[in-house]
Amino acid sequence: MSTRLDVKKTYKLYIGGKFPRSESGRYLAAKSAAGVHLDNFAHASRKDFRDAVTAARAAVNGWSKATAYNRGQILYRAAEMLQNRAGELVNEIARSTGIRAAAARREVTLAIDRLVHFAGWTDKYQQIFGSVNPVATSHFDFTTPEPTGVVVVLAPDEPSLLALVSLVAPVILSGNTAIVVSSEKFPLPAATFAEILATSDLPGGVVNLLTGKRAELIPHIASHLDVNAIVDGVDDAELSAKLQAGTAINLKRYARRSLAPADWFTVKVENPYWILDTVEFKTAWHPIGV
Amino acid sequence: MKTKPNALKIAGRKSRAGLQNGHPVVPLRERRLNFGDKWDYAPAPEESKNYLIAPRHELFINGKFVKPQSGKHFPSINPATEEKLTEIAHGDAADVDKAVKAARRAYEKVWGKMPGRERGKYLYRIARIIQEKMRELAVLESMDGGKPIKETRDVDLPLVAAHFFYHAGWADKLNYAFPGRTPRPLGVAGQIIPWNFPLLMAAWKIAPALCCGNTVVIKPSKTTSLTLLRLAQIFQEAELPDGVVNVITGVGETGTAIVQHPDVNKIAFTGSTDVGKQLAQMVVGTGKRITLELGGKAANIIFEDAPIDQAIEGIIAGIYFNMGHVCCAGSRLLVQEGIFPTVVRKLRDRIQTLRLGNPLDKNTDIGAINNKPQLEKIRELVQSGADEGAEVVQSRCPLPARGYWYPPTFLTGVTASHRVAQEEIFGPVLSVMTFRTPEEAVERANNTPYGLSAGVWTDKGSKIFKIVSQLRAGVVWANTYNKFDPTSPFGGYKESGFGREGGLQGLAAYSRLD
Repeated sequence: MSTRLDVKKTYKLYIGGKFPRSESGRYLAAKSAAGVHLDNFAHASRKDFRDAVTAARAAVNGWSKATAYNRGQILYRAAEMLQNRAGELVNEIARSTGIRAAAARREVTLAIDRLVHFAGWTDKYQQIFGSVNPVATSHFDFTTPEPTGVVVVLAPDEPSLLALVSLVAPVILSGNTAIVVSSEKFPLPAATFAEILATSDLPGGVVNLLTGKRAELIPHIASHLDVNAIVDGVDDAELSAKLQAGTAINLKRYARRSLAPADWFTVKVENPYWILDTVEFKTAWHPIGV
Repeated sequence: MKTKPNALKIAGRKSRAGLQNGHPVVPLRERRLNFGDKWDYAPAPEESKNYLIAPRHELFINGKFVKPQSGKHFPSINPATEEKLTEIAHGDAADVDKAVKAARRAYEKVWGKMPGRERGKYLYRIARIIQEKMRELAVLESMDGGKPIKETRDVDLPLVAAHFFYHAGWADKLNYAFPGRTPRPLGVAGQIIPWNFPLLMAAWKIAPALCCGNTVVIKPSKTTSLTLLRLAQIFQEAELPDGVVNVITGVGETGTAIVQHPDVNKIAFTGSTDVGKQLAQMVVGTGKRITLELGGKAANIIFEDAPIDQAIEGIIAGIYFNMGHVCCAGSRLLVQEGIFPTVVRKLRDRIQTLRLGNPLDKNTDIGAINNKPQLEKIRELVQSGADEGAEVVQSRCPLPARGYWYPPTFLTGVTASHRVAQEEIFGPVLSVMTFRTPEEAVERANNTPYGLSAGVWTDKGSKIFKIVSQLRAGVVWANTYNKFDPTSPFGGYKESGFGREGGLQGLAAYSRLD
């Protein structure tokens, strides 16, 4: 009787639309909740982070100039792709965390619906949060939200897919680009999700994914001068303090989203005010007169 | 005095050609654009034979195609060839009643209770299928209505998909749309749409109605039923629950039956001001909500400091797009006196370059007039213009022997009291008037019972905002014309109707906000 050998997957980073290994050559072993070795994944370094920022910065111009309609279509496409490959993500989550398949399926289903939900915000939040202002002089005066630029997003350990999707979508829907630091304990679902983004017509560099150790990357995230904002979903007060301390250096915008794992499953996460944390309001004036 | 349709006349201009080296020399001011045969294009027909049209179409009620109670059908033709395309079901009051009952059941048992998130996903599915079938729908729209494929393919159909996409995203976000309010659906919406943008008007009506939780009974114009029926097939493919949208094809009385049905909560109508007024009368005392999108006689104002060549393109697009079958068409040109000769000369030359012919040819700019009564109305009104003293300038383009055609035309020497300055022609006919001051332009622009749209052409930003603020029109285009987007509300002032479609404000028409 001959048995067939499985072809094992190598999990890599996602930077600039490509899947490189860490420039440091390091790797980590992903283990299940029970301590069983699953697969190896890339251990991102400071330089990987700097490369990711470069890629994200390069992508801002094109992505922010895409029409809101187009950005919405791409997010919807990501939902299509995730729906189509739901089984794969269910498997990744279940074998990593040890939760039952039904619970993993619930997480993936919610992640799909969350992408659909945020896809629908791209061409609407401007109408709700922008304004034409009735100034007391003869001027046409309007205020409109614009993306802030490059945003670092830190995902919590659990839920490893749903929290990441819920944090990234409101950031990129307005035209920002993102560097995502995945769950540290369960990175494999995030790495697979990056493949789904890569096949959703999302331009390279709009989302970049780093797997590895948060504590190692945080000082460099905090001190990087070309990062415009940090969205902190990590449920660790000490790490958050370090991140926030670094924002003063170039006045990065900082938003903390510290939720219990179960909270990510609730509808309160579908919050358009999260979009506002990474936009800037521009006000413009023009005289009215003949 | 009968104007020959193909004769080009310029009022009061005599050519004074001299001779140089034995050759006649036309003074620079008088030279006409003449490309000879350099602008003869080879035919470029869009492929259409793969799209099969069934010989007979039925009504769409409760998720299925069903025969009309009367058993009667009427022919629908291709206005470019006068050939019969298919037979359409003649729906009557009994069919309308079945449809309203189906819509009410669907509203109460399924759609009105469904979470917005799921309603949105149906609309997204529909949008995606429309995108897949865009070419087929564009070809059918061109064949059924006479519209050039360039427009159905590049304007109508992309906007149709975009409307479903935009409204799909609102379905689970309505709580944010109106501060302090929790919007609720109205119930069953009765909708009647016209023949000038058949599928686009269907999208403008159906998408917001469904997004806000209502169900629909909708009637297309009798000359353009095909694409809405094809959309009904798309609803089936998207597994839209039975009864959420019902299509009752038919004639004027069919529409009246919808408006008068006691179990319809909301009426939406796009069409002529005359019929709109009749419908407004019909709903008095019934408690039904109503929105109307009616006719227009938009002023397109061009100032001396306008970018002239861009403005000419905008004026041309404003009146000849879709053969002028556009409620918001820029059908009155108000030209500041100083540039009048230049503008008229450029317009005259430009209309001569517009290609009129087979709507399925990708080079065609001007397609067929949608139906014979409309063609006769256009002819009658242009004749009235000539009779009342205006000069008629028309393209010399050849007209095909079969089908309903009218060449691009403009009239100069029009005064405000002429019929061609007051009545909506709804054809490729532009009435040209002059003005001196901005104040006069605004006064002339506002001097009709209509108030749907207007255009302003000037390079000076402050002038744009001033004029925009003074024009009594629901949509004002500055240095552009005929731009539409699902995020941008559209609707009229005064007798052009009330209510807005599209955008944040457009959701109000389909919601209870109390």
